[in-house]
Amino acid sequence: MTGPATTGPAVTGPRRALPAERVALVDLLDRVLARGVVVTGDVTLSIADVDLVTVNLRALITSVSALAETGDHP
Amino acid sequence: MTEPSVVWTYAVTERDRPACLDGLEGVAGGPVRAVTAAGLTAIAGDVPAADFDAAALRRNLEDLGWLETTARAHHRVIEAVAGEGPVVPMRLATVYRDDAGAAAALAEHAGDLRAAIARTRARKEWGIKAYAARPAPPDRDAGPAPRPPGRAAAGSGAAYLARRRQQLSAQERARHDVVTSAELIHARLAGLAEQSRLHPPQPPQLAGQRLQMILNAAYLLADGQDGDFAAAVTELAGQHPAVRIEITGPWPPYSFAALPEAGQP
Repeated sequence: MTGPATTGPAVTGPRRALPAERVALVDLLDRVLARGVVVTGDVTLSIADVDLVTVNLRALITSVSALAETGDHP
Repeated sequence: MTEPSVVWTYAVTERDRPACLDGLEGVAGGPVRAVTAAGLTAIAGDVPAADFDAAALRRNLEDLGWLETTARAHHRVIEAVAGEGPVVPMRLATVYRDDAGAAAALAEHAGDLRAAIARTRARKEWGIKAYAARPAPPDRDAGPAPRPPGRAAAGSGAAYLARRRQQLSAQERARHDVVTSAELIHARLAGLAEQSRLHPPQPPQLAGQRLQMILNAAYLLADGQDGDFAAAVTELAGQHPAVRIEITGPWPPYSFAALPEAGQP
């Protein structure tokens, strides 16, 4: 799934669930990390019974943008 | 299994053991099974401790390739289980030392988990992303700038400044208009949904295109309401030509599964 182009239909998107492989990673991360992954720098994950892991996602954001630029991303 | 392992959890259901677990490949390529306690079932799987203990997770989650593979495997299992009935998805990387730890968590949060399952039963999440339909360029690129004063036929400096002011205020107005459109779109769609949740807009470089995202929202719709919702989106797109709208979904109810978290800011 690519972002909407500047031309074409004003509404885009599937009406049925996409296969897991075709869901945009950034949309998936919005949900499975349940926090502003793409805006805030840190995500605290509940590693229950083990630890709290705070992940700094600056590196992640950099690599997602690099991935987006290669154009091979769904 | 000789290698030390920890227990990755995907979702919680009220069913004993969803049939889809057989042959389902989970995170780290492992099998997926059920851990039952307090009348609830955690969908779980063993993953190698070497890659999934706290220190390893901290390292691995910074690795985009690892994160993508893991997030997609997590999602694939949740989707399969959600296809058979109500689930509460677990946040990515909710890992227990062993089955006893997962079972204890089920028992401890049983009330909240049941409430979350009830809240999202026979409902699905739909995503809406809305963009300003025209790229938002820096001011200096926003249309032809008035010619600076001092050239032939350019008029006075005061006239130049007046034109420039007008141009800038047109840009301001356009920005204000798309924000207003986003608010109206969200209000309308939230009215059709049982719950809604705003995610932060994705920056253009992450969304993979150059349009400015002005709305990134999730809506929880009762099954069978998606037709009305899609019709409303189409209508809204017609009413707001300066906005481009993208629908994603249906998703398992990721954005609506959060339990009350003690000590959460």
